[in-house]
Amino acid sequence: MNIDKADHFQYLLRLGDNALILGQRLSEWCGHSPFVEEDVAMANTALDHVGRARMLLTHAANIEDAGQTEDSLAYNRTEREFRNFLIVELPIGDFAFTIVRQALIDAYHYHLFTELVSSSDETLAAIAAKAVKESRYHLRRSAEWLCKLGDGTEESHLKTQAAVNKIWRFTSELFETDEVDDAVTTAGIAPKADSLAASWHGYIDELFAEATLQRPLAAPLAASGRKGIHTEHLGFLLAEMQHLQRAYPGLTW
Amino acid sequence: MSEKLPLWEVFIRSKRGLEHKHVGSLHAADAEQAIQFARDVYTRRMEGCSIWVVESNSIHATQEGESEELFDPAEDKVYRHPTFYDIPDELKL
Repeated sequence: MNIDKADHFQYLLRLGDNALILGQRLSEWCGHSPFVEEDVAMANTALDHVGRARMLLTHAANIEDAGQTEDSLAYNRTEREFRNFLIVELPIGDFAFTIVRQALIDAYHYHLFTELVSSSDETLAAIAAKAVKESRYHLRRSAEWLCKLGDGTEESHLKTQAAVNKIWRFTSELFETDEVDDAVTTAGIAPKADSLAASWHGYIDELFAEATLQRPLAAPLAASGRKGIHTEHLGFLLAEMQHLQRAYPGLTW
Repeated sequence: MSEKLPLWEVFIRSKRGLEHKHVGSLHAADAEQAIQFARDVYTRRMEGCSIWVVESNSIHATQEGESEELFDPAEDKVYRHPTFYDIPDELKL
């Protein structure tokens, strides 16, 4: 595994930030889900993502070797320093919007972590082996919901298709590549984005057909959360997530 | 919302070799969703390795009012307990 430390760190940071921000978003449903069984299920999923973020950010901090920890990475960075996809920072919207995002992202994570199990970065491979089991279940859950909502009542179909139409243009970012991706792919740390894209699109086509949803023709978004350029929503999310550490630096339980 | 969904009874097997035990009930739209919710509600602290769900409607139960005829007659039949046999020493715990 021959790679520049900075690229390796950046890649892990991106993975960790996706998990952290998605976990934070999902946790907003806690106490607000449509009914109690779903409330527990949603909170479980949120915690899976937060747990994954802890492992990935700890690993990132070790690779960077500059005195950071999972906590300092999560709580002391500013908006521009976050490297997550825009799709995970969008507000939760209605239940249909949350389920559509989960289905799209769970399918992405499932295919990604399946590949990362054989990463040349052994720590990342071990994290992936744990994460892929979680993602397999997340996808089973969100795919099932997507079919129920998409192929449910007229109203649930309309709301779900509207959510798909809104969110679709944020999916192109999942498969964009830059010099960091080139470096980790060459080093055997990460899979190639185009093979990942092919399996993801194939899966989503089948899922949408079953859920009677249409794939929109939205133009891809020319923005990159992975470069630190975010929507206006991330700042508010961070304000809430980081508030205690900002107000009382170093506070512990 | 959830009261419009059917009720399901959940049974969890805590370990291989043990029987499934009734742990509670929940609302879900169908069997797959009932299994998913059972997984999330009842096995999140490693309580199980297998889940059964059955729609509560499918369970036929005795009624409180039938207790006299069903259960009381067993009251004076102590000889049905295997306590009147001499147990050989080697079988004693």
